[in-house]
Amino acid sequence: MTGAAALALPLAKAGEVGEGFFHERSSETLPCQATDKLFCFDWAKENIGRYGTPTVQHLELVAISVLLGFAIAFAFSLLAHRRPWLRPPLLAGTGILYTIPSIAFFFLLLPITGRGRETAIIALSAYTLQIIYRNTMIGLANVPTAVKDAARGMGLTERQILWKVELPLATPEIVAGLRIATVSTVAIATLAVFAGGGGLGTQIYGQGNINFATSIIIAGGIAILMALAFDAVLLITQRLTTPWRRGAQA
Amino acid sequence: MRTTTRGARAAVAVLLALVLSLGVAACGSSNDESTGEEEGAGAIVSNPENGKVTLTIGSKNFPEQEILGEIYAQALKAAGYKVKSDLNLGSETVAHQAVKSGATSGYPEYASTALTSFFGIEPEEVPAGAQPAYEKAKAEFEKEGLTAFPPTPFASANAVGTLKKTAEERELKTVSDLEGQSEEMTLYGSPECRQRIDCLAGLEKYYGLKFKSFTPVDIGLRYTVLEKGQADLSILFTTDPQLAAEKDKFVILEDDKHVFPAGNVIFVTKSSVAEKAGPDYEKTIVEVQKGLTLPVMQELDARVELEKQSPAKAAAAYLKEAGYTG
Amino acid sequence: MSLPLLPALAGRLFTVPPSASFGGAVEFIFTPQTSNVTGGKTVGGLSQVVELTLTQLEVTVLALALSLAVALPIGLYLGHRGKGEFLAIGIGNAGRAVPELALIALMATAIGVGVLNLTVALAVLGVPPILTNAYVGVRQVDRSSVDAARGMGMSELEILRKVEVPLAIPTIFSGIRGATIAIVATATIAPLAGVLTLGDFIINQNVYGDDGVVAGAMLVAFLALALEFSLAGLQRLLTSKGLKVSTA
Repeated sequence: MTGAAALALPLAKAGEVGEGFFHERSSETLPCQATDKLFCFDWAKENIGRYGTPTVQHLELVAISVLLGFAIAFAFSLLAHRRPWLRPPLLAGTGILYTIPSIAFFFLLLPITGRGRETAIIALSAYTLQIIYRNTMIGLANVPTAVKDAARGMGLTERQILWKVELPLATPEIVAGLRIATVSTVAIATLAVFAGGGGLGTQIYGQGNINFATSIIIAGGIAILMALAFDAVLLITQRLTTPWRRGAQA
Repeated sequence: MRTTTRGARAAVAVLLALVLSLGVAACGSSNDESTGEEEGAGAIVSNPENGKVTLTIGSKNFPEQEILGEIYAQALKAAGYKVKSDLNLGSETVAHQAVKSGATSGYPEYASTALTSFFGIEPEEVPAGAQPAYEKAKAEFEKEGLTAFPPTPFASANAVGTLKKTAEERELKTVSDLEGQSEEMTLYGSPECRQRIDCLAGLEKYYGLKFKSFTPVDIGLRYTVLEKGQADLSILFTTDPQLAAEKDKFVILEDDKHVFPAGNVIFVTKSSVAEKAGPDYEKTIVEVQKGLTLPVMQELDARVELEKQSPAKAAAAYLKEAGYTG
Repeated sequence: MSLPLLPALAGRLFTVPPSASFGGAVEFIFTPQTSNVTGGKTVGGLSQVVELTLTQLEVTVLALALSLAVALPIGLYLGHRGKGEFLAIGIGNAGRAVPELALIALMATAIGVGVLNLTVALAVLGVPPILTNAYVGVRQVDRSSVDAARGMGMSELEILRKVEVPLAIPTIFSGIRGATIAIVATATIAPLAGVLTLGDFIINQNVYGDDGVVAGAMLVAFLALALEFSLAGLQRLLTSKGLKVSTA
C-alpha cells in the first residue's frame, strides 16, 4: 500500500473537447482509406512512419529466433554426428515441430509461457530446427571420406577433424539451411501478433487493419523485402564460403 | 589578485543564478502540462510515487477497445506509472482470463457484456441505467477478486445490421421484421457471437429466429462482408462510425425486444492491483474518461476505423484536445 | 533488447499452469463438451471435428490440385528446356517469403471470404515450391541419359515423360510436400476469413476453451503428418526401383 503521497492534482474541469474536434463525414467525402480501394498512396506516404517499430520488432524476432534455433540445431548435429542412433529420433522430433502449423504452436504455448515476445521466439525457433539440423547433417555427411582419412593420417584428433575439416567443408550446406530457415521465419513471424509478440503482424491483424488492404500490402511487402534481403545476404555468405562451387543450389 | 577575487565572486554569482534557475525550472516542470489559464486545469500531473508500479493495460480485439486501451495507458503514463500496453488480447473471455491470471492489469469492458457473458444475467435483467449496471457488475466482479471503476458517459451495444437496400427491399425496420425471412438470410458475426446472449444465442432464443447460416469472421470484417455481398446480415456496433458516415449504405435494425442491452465501459482490474497502484489508478481513469461522450467516442472511432489513424494517435489527440495532457 | 532472455524464457515455462490436458483434449474430440466459456452451448465432439477436418482437407486438396495444374507443367517445361532459371529458382524463394497472415487478410478484404477464394489464395502459396522443385529436379537429371534418349529417337515429350520425370521424382515430391505443408498451415488460419477449418478450435479459445485449443493443435498436427506420410508413400510407389536403391 502506498503511503499518503501527494496525489495528482484534482482536475478542475471534466475534459471537454472543442468544436473543431469533430469532423463532418459523408459517403462522398470519405478518404481513400475508408473505401475498399486496394492501395492508397497518399495514406501510405503520410503514415509510413508507423511501420518503423513493428519492422524493428520483426527484425529482432527473426534474428533472435534463428540464432536460437541455430544454436540448438547445431548442438543436436554435434551430438548426432558421432551417435548415429540419435539421428532418427532427432530428425523425427524436429520434423514434427516443422510439420505442425506454427499457429498451433503459438496458441499451445500461450497458457504455458504467457503472452509476449518470448513465447513467439520459442515457437519460431522450434520451426527452424529441422531445416538447420537436416542441412547440417547433410553437409557433414557430404564430406569426402578421403579427406577425413587424410586428416586422420596427418594425426588430427576426431575433435580437430570435426572443427577444422568437416565443419568448414559443411559450411555451404549449413548456410543454405540457414537461408531457408530465415526466409521462412520472417514470414511466420507475422503470426507473433497472436502471442502479443509484436512485429509486422500488428499492422495486418490489429487496429482495424484486417479490412485495410493498403496496410496489409505494406506490412506484407516489408516482410517479403526483409526475407529477400536476409536471403541475399546469406546467399552471398554461402557463395563466399564456397569459392570452389558454383551453380544454383535449390 | 583583485581580478581573481572579482572573477571568483562572478563565478559564484553565475553558479547561484544557475542553481536558482534550475530550481525554478524543476518546480515548473512538475507542472508543465498545464497550458490552460487556470493552474492545472484538467491536466494530469505526474506523481513520482506511481513510478514504482508497473501496469499492463489490455483491451479486446476491435478498434474502439484499442482506442480506450490507449487512452487509459497514455493517461496512466502521464500520471507517472510505468505502463505497458498489451492491446488486442482477444474476445471478452480471453481478456477476462488475462486479468484474473494477472497477465494484464486491467482492460475496458462493457457492463452489459460483463453481466451477460460472464455472469449469466439475462438481457431483460440488465439494469437500464449506467450506474445501476455498473454497480451490479462490480458486485459480481468482487466475487472473483476483481473490481471495476465507474462507467464512461457513452454506451455501445450490438446491433443487427444490413445494407440499406436489403432493408428497403425486405421492408426491415426492426429485428422482429426478420421473422419469416431470416431462414433465407446469412448472418455473419464474431466467433463468440454464437454463444453470446446479446448476439446469435439471443436472436435464436428471444426472437426465435433461425438463419440460413452463421459464419464467424473477425470483427474487423463486419462491414466488408456486407459490402462484398457475402453477408445478408452482420452484427455491428451502435457506435460504429460507418453508420454515421455511410448512412446511405448501411442501416441497423431496431432491437425492439431489447435483447442487445447497451453497455457503458467500466475498467476491470484485479482488486490487489488497484490497491498496490494507489488511488491515482482509479482517479486517473475516471477523470480521463469523463470526456468520452457518445459523439466524442464516435469521432475517435471514425478516425481509427475510417481514416485509419493508429489508436495511439487518436488517443493522444483526444487527451490533448480535452486538456488532459499538454 | 532484454538481456536476461534465457532466464526469462525458462521462467516463462513455469508461470501459468495450463488448464487443459491431453485427456481433456481427447475428450473434446470425441464427446461434445459443455465448456464453461460457452454458457451452456456444447462444443466439440466427433461430428464437429469431422466437419472441420473435412473442410480443411477439402481446401487443401483443391488448392494442391490447382497448384499442381499450374506449377508442374511450367516447372517441368522450363527445366526440360533449361530456360528461366532465375524465375524458377527465384519464385521458390519468394514464395517462402510470403506471410500467410497477409495473404489470408488480403484475400478476405479484397476478394471476400469463402471457400473458393480461399482455395485460390492457398494455391498461390502452393505454386512456388512445386514449380521450383520441378525445375530443379528435371535440370539435375543426368545429361547423358537425356542425350541417349534423344539419340534413341524419343520425342521431347517422351523424354520428359519417360526419362526426366521418373528420375526427378524425389525432388518433385519434395516440392509437393513443401507445398502441402504451406497450404495446410495457411488453411489453419482460414477461420479468420470465415472458412471453418481445424484452426477454429485453436484460434477461438473463447469458444472452445483450453481443451479445444489443445485438441485443435493435436488434430492439425495429426492431419499434417498424415498428409506427409501419404505423400511419402506415394513417392515411394512412383519412384522406380533403380532410383530407390540410390536415394536411400
